[in-house]
Amino acid sequence: MIPAAFDYVRASSAEEAISLIGQYGDDAKLLAGGHSLIPLMKLRLAQPTVLVDIGRVSDLSYVRDAGDHVAIGALTRHMDVENSPVLREHVPLLAHATSHVGDPQVRHRGTIGGSLAHADPASDLPATTLALGATYVVAGPNGTREIAAADFYQGYLTSALEADELLTEIKVPKMHGAGWSFQKFNRRAQDWAIVGVAAWSRGSEAGVGLVNMSSVPVLATSVAAALASGASIEDSAAHAADEADPQADLNASAEYRQHLARVLTRRALTEAAG
Amino acid sequence: MTMTDQPTGVLGSRMLRREDPALLTGEARFTSDIVVPGALHLALVRSPYARARILSVDTSAAAALPGVRAVYSGADLADLWAGPMPCAWPVTDDMKNPAHLPVAVTQANHVGDGVACVIAESAEAARDAVEAVIVEYEPLEAVTDLEDALSDRVVIHDELGTNRSYTWDLKIEETDGACDAAFAAAAYSVKERYVQQRLIPAAMEPRAVLAVPQPFGGDMTLYSSTQVPHILKVMTALTLGIPEHQLRVIAPAVGGGFGSKLNVYAEELLCVALARRHALPVRWTETRSEGCQATIHGRGQIQDIELAADADGRLTGLRVRLIGDMGAYLQLVTPGVPLLGAFLYAGVYELPKAFDFSCTSVFTNMTPTDAYRGAGRPEATYAIERAMDALATEIGIDPLELRRRNFIPVDKFPYEAYTGLVYDSGNHDGAATLAAEMVGYTDLRERQQSQNVPGATKRLGIGLSTYFEMCGLAPSRVLASLNYGAGGWEAATVRVLPTNKVQVVTGTSPHGQGHETAWSMIVAEKLGISPDDVDVLHSDTAIAPLGLDTYGSRSLSVGGVAIAMTCDKVIDKAQQIAAHLLEANPDDLEFSHGQFTVAGSPDRAMPLAAIAFEAFTAHNLPDGMEPNLEAHTTYDPPNFSWPFGTHICVVEVDTETGEVEVLKYVAVDDCGNQVNPLIVDGQVHGGVIQGLAQALFEEAVYDSDGNLRTSTLAEYLVPAASDVPPVITGHTITPSPTNQLGVKGVGEAGTIAATPAVINAVVDALSGLGVRNVPMPASPNTVWSIINAAQGGSQ
Repeated sequence: MIPAAFDYVRASSAEEAISLIGQYGDDAKLLAGGHSLIPLMKLRLAQPTVLVDIGRVSDLSYVRDAGDHVAIGALTRHMDVENSPVLREHVPLLAHATSHVGDPQVRHRGTIGGSLAHADPASDLPATTLALGATYVVAGPNGTREIAAADFYQGYLTSALEADELLTEIKVPKMHGAGWSFQKFNRRAQDWAIVGVAAWSRGSEAGVGLVNMSSVPVLATSVAAALASGASIEDSAAHAADEADPQADLNASAEYRQHLARVLTRRALTEAAG
Repeated sequence: MTMTDQPTGVLGSRMLRREDPALLTGEARFTSDIVVPGALHLALVRSPYARARILSVDTSAAAALPGVRAVYSGADLADLWAGPMPCAWPVTDDMKNPAHLPVAVTQANHVGDGVACVIAESAEAARDAVEAVIVEYEPLEAVTDLEDALSDRVVIHDELGTNRSYTWDLKIEETDGACDAAFAAAAYSVKERYVQQRLIPAAMEPRAVLAVPQPFGGDMTLYSSTQVPHILKVMTALTLGIPEHQLRVIAPAVGGGFGSKLNVYAEELLCVALARRHALPVRWTETRSEGCQATIHGRGQIQDIELAADADGRLTGLRVRLIGDMGAYLQLVTPGVPLLGAFLYAGVYELPKAFDFSCTSVFTNMTPTDAYRGAGRPEATYAIERAMDALATEIGIDPLELRRRNFIPVDKFPYEAYTGLVYDSGNHDGAATLAAEMVGYTDLRERQQSQNVPGATKRLGIGLSTYFEMCGLAPSRVLASLNYGAGGWEAATVRVLPTNKVQVVTGTSPHGQGHETAWSMIVAEKLGISPDDVDVLHSDTAIAPLGLDTYGSRSLSVGGVAIAMTCDKVIDKAQQIAAHLLEANPDDLEFSHGQFTVAGSPDRAMPLAAIAFEAFTAHNLPDGMEPNLEAHTTYDPPNFSWPFGTHICVVEVDTETGEVEVLKYVAVDDCGNQVNPLIVDGQVHGGVIQGLAQALFEEAVYDSDGNLRTSTLAEYLVPAASDVPPVITGHTITPSPTNQLGVKGVGEAGTIAATPAVINAVVDALSGLGVRNVPMPASPNTVWSIINAAQGGSQ
C-alpha cells in the first residue's frame, strides 16, 4: 500500500490549479478529498507523477440558494452537503443520497466535485445529480463552461472534463416539493451500491437515475416516459433496465442487476409517490 | 489443610479487561510499532500466476535502485534452508507433501507465492524495487476445482505424480458392515452435499515480522505477530538449522489471528535468515492484499454426508466423504484440519457404532488452507446440523423435535461415544430448551405459518444448531494417535514476590482473548489477593520458555488450569512456612482470603504477604526448604474439553431481492464455569459474527485460472458492526468434571454454531418454495437465483 513516487504541488486558487494542470499535462492529477484517487495510487493502479492539491482552495466550498437552483462548490465535503439546510429544504434527495456515501470518515474528507469528476458509475452522486437534471460548471484556461450532467459521463471513469479543466460548481434545480426516494442496495453499509436508484416524482413527471447499471451512471428515461404517458408505477418500473447495460461482478450477475433495478425503481417510485 | 470453599468473588465477575485501555488508545505496541534503528525492509515479489514455471529472474534493475541493499531470487536463497517449510501434522505415513521453500525456485504454485525478495533501507524503496524485478514465467494450466484436482488431469507438483495428498479413514462399526446395514434397514435416510467455501481469516492486524540480531555471539530476537511464539521458535531453528537456544521469539501485542497466525511463514524465516546474512535487523509488514494471497485460508471442503434413521427419527448410521482442499502446499497443520472434525460428525446425538468416514485431501493452485477458527469442527457441525434439518424435512417433524429425540440424555454423562472419546459432561436438552424459550420458538413457528403464505415476499425462517465442541487441545497421547507433531500440555509458573505481588508466567500466547485479565482473576481467587496485584507474563520465549501457545480453545482449560494447579503448590509451600512460623501443625491451618489461620484459634494467623517476605529473606524457613515462594506446573489434560450449546437464528428473506435480514439471534452456550462472563460474551459475540459471516458474506473467490478475485477488503466482504445483528447470549453451566476450575473452552464455539443456524434459517424460510439447500455465502444474488431455480424460472 505504498504509492509510486510522485511530486506534490498545492494550488491556492482555482486559477492556479488550472494553470498547474495545464503545465504538467496528462501526468498530473487533481487531488481533492483523495478518497477515490489515493486508494488507486496505493494499489498502484494509478501512478500520476504530479498531484495538484486543491484541498485548500476554500472558495470552492459552499452551498448557496441561487433562486431556481442550488449552487454547490465542487470542494464541498459530503458531510456539508448532507447537512446543508438549503439542500435539505430544496434538494432533499441529494442531501439524503450523500448520507449514503461511504462511511463518516469518507464523508468528512471526500468532496462532491471529486466524486462527480471521478465519474464512477457505482458512486451514488453521479446518478443522483443526473436524475435531478444538474448542470456542472467547469473552469479551464479559456474561462468557464457549463455541461449538463446528462452530457458529462462518457465512459467508465471518463467524463467530458478536459485534462486542463477543473469542475468548480454543481447547479442542482430545486425540487419544489417533489416526492423522492433513494434506494441503495448493497451487502455492507459502507460499500458501493450493487444497484442504486435515485428518483423523484411529481404527478406523472419523474426523474430516475441508476447507480452501477452501466459503465456510466444511467438516466432511466424510459421509466419517466412511461409514467408521463400514464402507465402505472409497476408498469413503468418494468422499463428500469431499458437504458442500462450492467456488468457482472462478484456481487451480481448482469441479469440480477437488471432485475434489482426494476424492483428498486418500483419501490423508489412508490415511496416518492407516497 | 482445608481449602476454603468461600470464594473471594473474583471468579465469575464481569471484570473489565485490563488489556483494553492500551488497545483502545493506540498505546499497545504491535510488531510494526517497534522501532529499531537501521532495520532493513523486506518485500516479496509474488507470482501473478496460479501455476507457472520460473524461467528466469532478473534482479539487476531492482538492485540498482536507490536504497536497495539486495535482491534475491529463490535460487539465490536455496542454500539458506536446512529444510523445507514445516508441516507438523503428517496424518498418514504415505501422505504426499511437496517441497515448500520460503521463496520458490522452479515453479510458483499459487497467486501470491513468493518468487523473489528485496531488502532495502525503506519500505518505499523495497516496494519500488519489487516492481523492477523482472521474472520470466511460463504459465501452466492451473487447477482450482477439487474434483478436477482429484482426477489428476493436471498434476500440480510433478515430483508427486498426483494431486492426492492423503486419504484418511475412520470406520467405527460394532460388526463389519454395520454402517451399510444401517442404511439398508433405515426407515428414513438423507444424502446431502455441502460446500465449505474458502475463507480469508482477515485478522485486524496484518502479519508483521522483525528479526533483530543481538550484538556478538549470534543470538537473534524474532518479533512476530504470531499466536505461537514457542512453536515458531522450534520450527525456525529446525528450518534454518540454527541453534534453538540462540533464538528468542516475542509476540508483542497481536491483533487477532483466528488460526491464521498459528503457523510458520516464509516471511518469518526470511527475516531471520536475511538478518543473519546481513547482520542487520530486517522487518516486514504485510499489506492487506498480501494477507489475502499469502496468509493461509480457512475451510475449503466438499462434504458428502448421509444419515440413516429409524422410524422414530433416531440416528442409526452415518457416512461421510470429504474432499479437503489443501491449496498449493501443506502449511503447519493443513492436513490435520479435516481430522479435527472427523470425531464430531454425529454432533450431540447418540449414534451406534455405524460410522464410516473418509477424507481425501488434494492439492490445488490456491493459497494453502490451514486452521481457521474452529478448524474442522465448524465444518463437521455444519454438515450434521444441516443434514439433521434435511432429515426433519424428510420425516416431516419439527427440527427441534428431531434433535430432542437424538440428544445424548443428560443422565448418560460422562458418555463414551461411538468413537471411543468420552464426553465429560453435557445437558443438550437444557441448552436447547433455554434457547427456545429465549427466542420464543413456539410463537415464531405460529407467526411463520401465517406469514409464509403463497405470494409472500418477506418470508420468515427459523434455524437452529446444536453443537458439541472438542477443544482444549489436547491430551498429548491422543494427539500422538493422530500423528500430530507436538504435545498438548501447557506450562505455568506462579511467583510470589517479596512484597506479595505475584508474577504469573504462562505458556499461552494471547492475541485478543484477555488472558492477562482472566489469569489474574484465577490467581487472585486462589491466593486471596487483588487481581491488580498479579502481573501476567507471556509471549516471550525468554520470559516464558515453556509453552504450546494459544489455539483450539485451549488456553483456559489447559493453561488456566495449569495456573490454578500451580497456585495450589504455592499455597502448599506457604502453608509449610506458616506452620513453621506459627508453631502449628500444617494440617491444622486453614487458608482463606490470603491468610492462614490455625483452626480453632482465629488469633493465630499469618497473611500470605508475611510468608512471601519470609520466603524471600529465608532467615527462618523449615529445615531443608528452598527459599522463595514460587512453583511451576506442566499440565497435560486428561481429556478434551466439551463445551456445547444451542443457537437459534431468525431471518426474513426478501424473495424479490434475495436479501437475508437476521431479525434475531440467540446463543446459548455452556462452557462450564465462567472465569469472566464479560469475556465469555465477547468471545460468543465475535464467534457468532464470524460464523454468520461465512453463512452470508465471506468467500475467497478464484476464477478458473486461479486468480484470486477477492484480494482486498472491498471485494472480500468482512461484515462491519452495522451489517450484523445483536447477539443475545444465554448460558447454562455444566462444570467440566475433568479440571479443578470446571471450565471448558469458548473461543470457537460461536463460530461453530452460527454458520449452520443461519443457513438452516434461510433454507427454512424458503422451504415452502421448494428450496432444499442454499450454498454459502447466501448472498442476495445467490438466494434470488435459488428461489428462481426452485420456482422453475430461468435463473
